[in-house]
Amino acid sequence: MMKYFILITTLLLWFSGINAAEKRDYQHELPSSPDKAPTFTPPPESAIPDNEFGRMVRKGRDLFINTQQLRGKYVGNDMNCANCHLAGGRRADSAPLWAAYTMYPAYRGKNDRVNTMEERIQGCFTYSMNGMPPPSGSEVLTAMVTYHYWLAKGAPTGIALQGRGYPKLAKADKEPDIRRGKQVFDAQCAICHGEDGQGRTAEGQVVFPPLWGKGSFNWGAGMHRINTAANFIHANMPLGKPESLSEQEAWDVAAFINSHERPQDPRYQGDLAKTDKTFHKHQCYYGDRLDNHTLGNQAYGNPLK
Amino acid sequence: MRKYWLTFPLLGLITQTALAAGDVNAGKQLARQGNGQGATACIACHGANGEGNAATGFPRLAGLNADYLAKQLHDYQSGSRQNPVMQPFAKAMSDSEIRNVAAYYASLDPKTGASRSATNQTGQELAMRGDWDATIPACISCHGPGGRGIEPEFPALAGQHASYITSQLQAWRNGKRHNDENDLMKVVAERLDSNQINAVAEYFANLSPVKNDSGNE
Repeated sequence: MMKYFILITTLLLWFSGINAAEKRDYQHELPSSPDKAPTFTPPPESAIPDNEFGRMVRKGRDLFINTQQLRGKYVGNDMNCANCHLAGGRRADSAPLWAAYTMYPAYRGKNDRVNTMEERIQGCFTYSMNGMPPPSGSEVLTAMVTYHYWLAKGAPTGIALQGRGYPKLAKADKEPDIRRGKQVFDAQCAICHGEDGQGRTAEGQVVFPPLWGKGSFNWGAGMHRINTAANFIHANMPLGKPESLSEQEAWDVAAFINSHERPQDPRYQGDLAKTDKTFHKHQCYYGDRLDNHTLGNQAYGNPLK
Repeated sequence: MRKYWLTFPLLGLITQTALAAGDVNAGKQLARQGNGQGATACIACHGANGEGNAATGFPRLAGLNADYLAKQLHDYQSGSRQNPVMQPFAKAMSDSEIRNVAAYYASLDPKTGASRSATNQTGQELAMRGDWDATIPACISCHGPGGRGIEPEFPALAGQHASYITSQLQAWRNGKRHNDENDLMKVVAERLDSNQINAVAEYFANLSPVKNDSGNE
């Protein structure tokens, strides 16, 4: 009896091992916080000290809110960090920086090694900003990390905090639908992001970011995943109206937004099918054929390369 | 022959654009004299140059976006925006009169001036950063850099009278004004307290309505 048990257990372990290897996802979803995780409140901005350290915190904050200062150098699109991390990275359920800071260094499937906070931020520039990573030791990156660190002052290290990432929605009742999503988009999103999703500018500044196209995040950014976008949208959009969309509407509009072309995945080396197979085994449309067009086939470039 | 086929639709397009843009001179006449059919002269309350009146809370109209102004007048007509003074005037105006008077006020120089008093710090904080503990986004995230508007949906606030901004935010907060798309202003106004409303109104009132290099931002 015991012999069979061991045999079955071994087989099970073996199968799950194969499974894990096959399904290894290079782009892990941002983990949301577990139940009963400790809460945390970042210090108020008035507490930033008036010294050299405080100067660097402020610089990091300013870069985080107006990342377009780095356009052409490290930023290749129309985005600002604070577009997806609301309230300058302070807001719970909006991928707050204080909750990220305390969880690094961490192993990331995305590049299959342990990443420091610096490297994690560099990844944002490579993917979400469709740009180039600021070098380690550069003032830009130091300022960013310093701002993260200061926001996390007093937070326990190595413990997932409540409000981390974006709250994970339950699986959609109905399969996310691009057509239904377009209706949600037209009714709820177009007033700010434009009917063509290309955002809106004023006086040369991007006020509402583009959600697809050459000025948006690229095919390697976490937000191109339908589930990540749905989670973000439900908790944070429309701006000022969190959780006003139904969960199904969030799923559908996330599908619609991510069914358009955007800048190429930086890991693409000329073979779309290979890039898709290696890096996109998650809920996304990259490499999928929609309306006679294979997404990723006409992706935009990186203006900094 | 092909040429003519092209010309006629083009002419039509040009005429339509001109109509949509409104006739500034006709609008000026209406603003000064009324239309003789129930809409009295706008200048009586909104000032000879559209500067409004801070003491009475009548808004500055000079330099505001024409489409925004036209929408407000149409909303007064339909009752989706309510005001006992403005509604009868708007109802007495034709669509083309609305377009004209909106074009006229949009064409006026808002008379920029340097900041009249010290920056209201609370107001500045709300305008630039919001109060996210209360889920209040920064005003400029919709009303644009310096609060100079993302037209026509998100009107310019810079240089508007504080009394008017205050009265409107209060009206949104208590449900008396509701002609915004998707309740986007309503939900924010409901979360503002009276001190915040006064502070942010004062902050925007002291900003220049047009971009300058005074370092106000």
